[in-house]
Amino acid sequence: MKALVYVGLKPGVLDPQGRTISRSLNDLGFDEVESALQGKVIELNLTGTDVEAAEARVKEMCEKLLANTVIENYRIEMRMAD
Amino acid sequence: MQTAVIRFPASNCDRDAAVALEKVTGRKPLIVWHRETELPAGVGFVVMPGGFSYGDYLRSGAIAARSPIVQDIKAKSERGLAVAGFCNGFQILTEAGMLPGALMRNTNLKFVCRPERLKVETADSRFTKTYTAKSEVTFPVAHHDGNYFADKDTLARVEKGGQVLFRYLNNPNGSLNDIAGIVNEAGNVFGMMPHPERAIDPMHGGTDGINLFKSILETI
Repeated sequence: MKALVYVGLKPGVLDPQGRTISRSLNDLGFDEVESALQGKVIELNLTGTDVEAAEARVKEMCEKLLANTVIENYRIEMRMAD
Repeated sequence: MQTAVIRFPASNCDRDAAVALEKVTGRKPLIVWHRETELPAGVGFVVMPGGFSYGDYLRSGAIAARSPIVQDIKAKSERGLAVAGFCNGFQILTEAGMLPGALMRNTNLKFVCRPERLKVETADSRFTKTYTAKSEVTFPVAHHDGNYFADKDTLARVEKGGQVLFRYLNNPNGSLNDIAGIVNEAGNVFGMMPHPERAIDPMHGGTDGINLFKSILETI
């Protein structure tokens, strides 16, 4: 199975990269863009079939390494391989 | 006094740190590889050097902070071992949870590389005791992720506890409260983005950094 981990900055943490992206989009005429947040996606290929247990392990991975919870939030999406 | 410099893959200020330590102690520091699980006996002061450990992958300092030797240094620092991290070393110390806050991308998104004027906030610390409080020093900076951030409560605690030791006079990276260097609550772990180890010889253009090493080494 796969786990998709989305890591992004917490609300209230200034994201200079996101700000630059939204300004650049505005410059290109996309005036509807109010703001942008830049994060990252980490795709994990996992062994095992127990999704619930796997998700608990991925959460532990987020807390231990994948996200810096001082500044970042994370969201996990589990997917069975097709 | 036996000192040590930790070497991670892509550390690049390890030699500068070693030269600084030898200049002050008269003794070559041990160079300790990051895969080691234990610091050699008798080490009284450890430097986490600058560089781009693990290519800054994931987050600057994140992977290095999980290396075996850092776990041992963290445990020993909780029992009083003196540790300093400069630039990437500071990032590693925050990532390891040995110092509060985090270092984020510079607000102007640029890599800054230049001499930077700093104010010594206090001389009442093990790392600044041989400086004059409120005096001005110049250290080089060279970083992309030096923007110090901490949540409101943490920042208030760090300020109230007198843990800010250096502030930028001309903030190059967007750091909150112009913070350039902080110490932990116990006063034995210090991190700063500027490079005191690159300001220890007249050939560097200045020697303002030497007192930082003198200060901490005097207390051990």
